[in-house]
Amino acid sequence: MSLPLSVPIKLPNGKTYQQPTGLFINNEFVQSKSKKTFATISPSTEEEITQVYEAFEEDVDVAVEAANDAFHSSWSQGDPQIRMKVLFKLSELIEEHAETLAYIEALDNGKSLMCSKGDVALTAAYFRSCAGWTDKIKGSVIESGDTHFNYTRREPIGVCGQIIPWNFPLLMASWKLGPVLATGCTTVLKTAESTPLSALYLATLIKEAGVPAGVVNIVSGFGPSAGAAISSHPKIKKVAFTGSTATGRRIMKAAADSNLKKVTLELGGKSPNIVFDDADVKLTIQHLVTGIFYNTGEVCCAGSRIYVQEGIYDTITSEFRKAAESLKIGDPFKEDTFMGAQASQMQLDKILKYIDIGKKEGASVITGGERLGNKGYFVKPTIFGDVREDHQIVKEEIFGPVVTITKFKTVDEVIKLANNSEYGLAAGVHTTDINKAINVSNKINSGTIWVNTYNDFHPMVPFGGYSQSGIGREMGEEALDNYTQVKAVRIALTK
Amino acid sequence: MSAPLEFEVTLPDGNKFTQPAGLFINNEFVKSVAGKTLESINPATGEVNGVVYAAEAEDVDIAVKHARAAFKEWKKVTGVERGILLNKIADTFEEKRDLIGAIEAWDSGKTKEANAVYDIDECISCFRYFAGWADKIQGKVIQNDPKKLAYTIHEPFGVCGQIIPWNYPLAMAAWKLAPALAAGNVVVLKTSELTPLSLLYVAQIFKDVGFPPGVVNIISGFGATAGKALASHLDVDKIAFTGSTVTGQAIQQAAASNMKAVTLECGGKSPLIIREDADLEQAVKWAAFGIMSNQGQICTSTSRIYVHEKVYDQFLTEYAQHVKEEYKQGTMFDSSAVVGPQVSKVQHDKILNYIDIGKKEGARVVLGGEKNTEGDLSKGFFIKPTIFADVKPGMRIVNEEIFGPVVAVGKFTTDDEAITLANSTQYGLGAAIFTKDITVAHYLATEIQAGMVWINSSNDSDVHIPFGGVKMSGVGRELGEYGLSMYTQAKAIHVNLGNKL
Repeated sequence: MSLPLSVPIKLPNGKTYQQPTGLFINNEFVQSKSKKTFATISPSTEEEITQVYEAFEEDVDVAVEAANDAFHSSWSQGDPQIRMKVLFKLSELIEEHAETLAYIEALDNGKSLMCSKGDVALTAAYFRSCAGWTDKIKGSVIESGDTHFNYTRREPIGVCGQIIPWNFPLLMASWKLGPVLATGCTTVLKTAESTPLSALYLATLIKEAGVPAGVVNIVSGFGPSAGAAISSHPKIKKVAFTGSTATGRRIMKAAADSNLKKVTLELGGKSPNIVFDDADVKLTIQHLVTGIFYNTGEVCCAGSRIYVQEGIYDTITSEFRKAAESLKIGDPFKEDTFMGAQASQMQLDKILKYIDIGKKEGASVITGGERLGNKGYFVKPTIFGDVREDHQIVKEEIFGPVVTITKFKTVDEVIKLANNSEYGLAAGVHTTDINKAINVSNKINSGTIWVNTYNDFHPMVPFGGYSQSGIGREMGEEALDNYTQVKAVRIALTK
Repeated sequence: MSAPLEFEVTLPDGNKFTQPAGLFINNEFVKSVAGKTLESINPATGEVNGVVYAAEAEDVDIAVKHARAAFKEWKKVTGVERGILLNKIADTFEEKRDLIGAIEAWDSGKTKEANAVYDIDECISCFRYFAGWADKIQGKVIQNDPKKLAYTIHEPFGVCGQIIPWNYPLAMAAWKLAPALAAGNVVVLKTSELTPLSLLYVAQIFKDVGFPPGVVNIISGFGATAGKALASHLDVDKIAFTGSTVTGQAIQQAAASNMKAVTLECGGKSPLIIREDADLEQAVKWAAFGIMSNQGQICTSTSRIYVHEKVYDQFLTEYAQHVKEEYKQGTMFDSSAVVGPQVSKVQHDKILNYIDIGKKEGARVVLGGEKNTEGDLSKGFFIKPTIFADVKPGMRIVNEEIFGPVVAVGKFTTDDEAITLANSTQYGLGAAIFTKDITVAHYLATEIQAGMVWINSSNDSDVHIPFGGVKMSGVGRELGEYGLSMYTQAKAIHVNLGNKL
């Protein structure tokens, strides 16, 4: 008996909802051609939630055809205010379904409801911001003298392939789909294999909001099959990926080898979180906590290397340890839980391995340093001290609630330390001297600098990495550049 | 005995509603301090549609005080929140499209089905467009000096006075309110004394969707009193006006009281040029649309047509035929009518006077040229669509704005002659060019003195595209991103990062 295309799932709030399991292609949920399915696990209980259909290359082909047909329709070429209405409606629907979405996300990813509710609100806000862009995409007119009339147009690129990670399944879907819908592109989006559920539910809202068939196609599947099919597909004109740097490299290679499709990447990070002597201690501690323990540390821009100026080092370390130890970790569905479970067994294993490496390298465990319990992928908030810059735990991205803390003396020294990384996604600067903050920000090689805050996002503020943390920016006006291309028209005027 | 603050209305199309009659100040409908009122007249019947309170200087003062007080808090509201509120306005207009369109028709003389409801669509589009800008108003960072963080913030002006005309009461209100509010301003808006009713009805919507008290204030009143008080008020930071050139000049002078910023959308006598290679069928249709729509009461009406001599006669024949067949005249709720009555007796008389002048000046009447007295239409301010031909440059009907369904048609031989004719009035609002040669069209467009040029269309306006005039047609632009920028001012902030003395 084959898996039904919709299964009822009972949530911890007692409510039951219908979870789609199929591939969302042409506004319909369909079985994969192979009929193959795979399981998704609840990280907080280690139990299977449901099976979903698995997409392979043949399914990606069908989805791309649908997206291609949809691109050559009035959706892309017609009145942008139609796209505007649809995006507004979508943001409203997300708000109406906020509770269900937050619960699905916490169930499938393991994050606390506290976190998933925030994700849902940001998701709705981002779609709403994108709605306003639809009819404001413009070119320019360039005066070159009266022999010519020159103008540029910004045109949608076309069929896009998008691959999103498991750490913010719904939010990442919005960062990808928002600008696609705003610019009139169409897309085939693959979710992460460990978190397929919320995007499939979102698909029902996408259809209800009035997005025409084929514009948005969402498939569940694995990187080496469906993901590879997307990055090398000859009819996909642009691929956007968020995930690890290693996979980002593979995608860029595949894009180059196939049809030189345009590539934007949001990759890993090892972001420095810098505390100066004159920082406000109480506020800074909150931001250090948010920086590495929010979303169980599974955040690309996590402030995973903390540098504290020597004058304040002891105070900060002791306060930070206290704060980490007072965090509530456990059942994602308890109202006061801050940290839920890591997203998968694989992630748990990787984090525990790095903790082990840290211990072996000679770092001292200030707090944490082990798994919590033996059911559910829970890890204690972990702070390592006495680290050296060449330690693996200082250089490599761990992607969990594990942070290193290092003392520094001078501004110039910490800037060097901060920039000593192949990554460049974000950085935090904590100081009450704004001049210092600006000067330091100017010198750090990162795409986002947070001053006296951390992991602090807004739909209009662009986000992306320097160096090996990525290519391109998401959110802000800059996101539109990823999905449009410039056409220059130069008309010779003969009088 | 004082007038009621609201009254019940049943319209000929069956729509029933409660019409507010007060001044909408601080989210309440109130009487004017001195109890002054004005009557709004139905253009089809000459009868009184209703009595509303009329603001005078003291009422303007009260409204401005509330607006100023509201601005303190409104300044702190984020662009995201302003956008959400503006979208809710659009949502409500959409839900109530038929009713609001009916009220607009009833008070302004527009035909409901052929005209007014499309104005409502334009309002919706306008509110949605500017709602989308509200969270996207960005300053710049100027990076030329490493020793400085130099940036601009685009601040709202504060209290904006807005004075709108009677030809598109709601659309003109939307064009004014949407960008001002999106940019974070508070407003005191005065409607025309001829058409106060629709916006008073709509005012409640601003309160219902959640605009805080004092942010949006709508007052009915006369130009000479309320309008002047607003334009000269010492605590108003910007005045935006749409109306006649003569009044625009008065507003500009009154604004000098405190050097408030001024934007003006005034009159026009826009030329429509038809070259020999034009698609004549399309030219005929657009030329009709450009002057006979809205009973010719359009600032950008293409009220002068210049036709290449080779196609002049053919054009006139087809044009007259087309207008006669397609521009049926009738009352506002006659669903087959396209052309309604002029808005008021004063306008009606003024237009008939120009028709008389045209005849005396020697122009040839090809169509119309008189009042429409058929049956019930004799009760109202109906004027037949009128085409004057063989006009000469010096004629008054060629140079002065008539603001009615009266067009003057002349001929030309060369493109340069067409340009000279086009530029010969004091105005410079719109212009239209019909030709298949786009490079010539581009050249003509650059040579013609106008804020807007339509190539192969006329009066094809769009909320995304800036709208405004040069010369005596006005100053500043509305709509589009340009229109938004008229409601902010740049403040440059320099942070010294190491320039020591």
